[in-house]
Amino acid sequence: MSEQHHEAHKHHEGHGTKYKYGMVIDLDKCTGCGACMVACMAENNISFRKDNSDKLLSNYWMRVYKISNGLPFPDTEICYIPRPCMHCEGHGHHHHTPCVSVCPAVATDYDQETGIVSQIYTRCFGCRYCMAACPYHVRVFNWWDPKWPEGMEKYLSPDVSVRMRGVVEKCSFCNHRLQRARNKAYAEERREIHEDEYQTACTQACPAGAITFGDLQNPEHEVHKLKDSPGAFRLLEKLGTNPKVYYVSSRAWVLKAADVYIGEEGKGVTHP
Amino acid sequence: MPLAGFSAGLVVCLFVGWLVFPQILYSEKTQPIDFSHKLHVDEVGECDGCHYFREDGSFSGIPRLASCVECHEEAVGEHPEEAKLVAEYVKPGKEIPWLVYARQPDCVYFSHAAHVKMAELDCVICHGPIGDSDHTRPYQYNLITGYSRDIWGWNIAGMSKNAWDYSQTDESGEVHIDSPARMKMDDCAICHEEKGTNDGCFVCHK
Repeated sequence: MSEQHHEAHKHHEGHGTKYKYGMVIDLDKCTGCGACMVACMAENNISFRKDNSDKLLSNYWMRVYKISNGLPFPDTEICYIPRPCMHCEGHGHHHHTPCVSVCPAVATDYDQETGIVSQIYTRCFGCRYCMAACPYHVRVFNWWDPKWPEGMEKYLSPDVSVRMRGVVEKCSFCNHRLQRARNKAYAEERREIHEDEYQTACTQACPAGAITFGDLQNPEHEVHKLKDSPGAFRLLEKLGTNPKVYYVSSRAWVLKAADVYIGEEGKGVTHP
Repeated sequence: MPLAGFSAGLVVCLFVGWLVFPQILYSEKTQPIDFSHKLHVDEVGECDGCHYFREDGSFSGIPRLASCVECHEEAVGEHPEEAKLVAEYVKPGKEIPWLVYARQPDCVYFSHAAHVKMAELDCVICHGPIGDSDHTRPYQYNLITGYSRDIWGWNIAGMSKNAWDYSQTDESGEVHIDSPARMKMDDCAICHEEKGTNDGCFVCHK
């Protein structure tokens, strides 16, 4: 059985280039402006409500969290943590991605070629197991059918389908941009995609340049180097989710806060 | 006797399911202009004369009115359909509301470049020998979902067939295309599996 699985796996890898798209977010550069959230909502046709301030009911694919070192003035420091989907790879050949392994509808899968965790809205029936399984809270549920102020539906992106009430959605690393980049590559009769041809909306919107996106396995891509920089870590690494979003910070208290569940506080770099 | 009763019942059920029900389920519209592909292929050349790729690799699909105007600013012949085109669309500058047989649901992403340029598939494999047709066929759509019948397939028994199986030549020698191949997810998946291409969900979904 496992032999067969390995065969099947090889079969997948034998076609096209194998990518491993990921992100490195520099927390020292992030100012918490929220441009990434806005760009994400506009790019991905994310619906909003009249009062979007209720964070329990509003949907975001990219969300900026705020943590503080808890010290009184003048030593107070703030760190903002932008949080897209981590596109967990898991370990081994089974790609034990938490959300993928629990989905009873096969509405979400781990793409063997790109490492992107998909979400197929028309396949999802809204059981929300994936939301329970995701340790990063990146998945959101549509409690209402999307509605846009009159005329605004003309500004929707035709490359991203809108989601109906009752389904789960999440960040796709702007997969439609990869599709677009592929299209262009095919037209020029090549298969490989250049780094600048496929960038997520949040990456391009960040005025501080805090987000870097690319193929983690490709030595020519910026992220390949950045993910190994000192002070690089991933969220909840101990869980073995093997996420593809890395964070970088030079501040000791941020690293400490990020490592809080690992039990080795302050060690910083924790990926194997 | 029970067998005869069963058989009669079965025949009635099949009759209703295969012949009556589709009539109720699908509604029919005719294209705004009875377009002859054959005539235009003779004049313009291959499919990509009108259905071309843009520089960024995206596919142009059905031509806009501007492409028609290049030749039909005034009527060039005496065909009544051409007169209709000029009077109703070209003169008022109104886009022709073509009904797209192959329109997929919103959640589907399809790259013509991947299939035509990389996999080198001929247009006819999915669309049938539509270039040989003299008339547009009726556009049927599912009354419940609103999707074109071409997606689900015209064969109510669910058998997937090739486009060219359906083309018919009438007494005058004109070719009619009844239906191209089915375009359901299964049909895409079968080919992807055979060719061993990526079968991840995000390849064809958006």
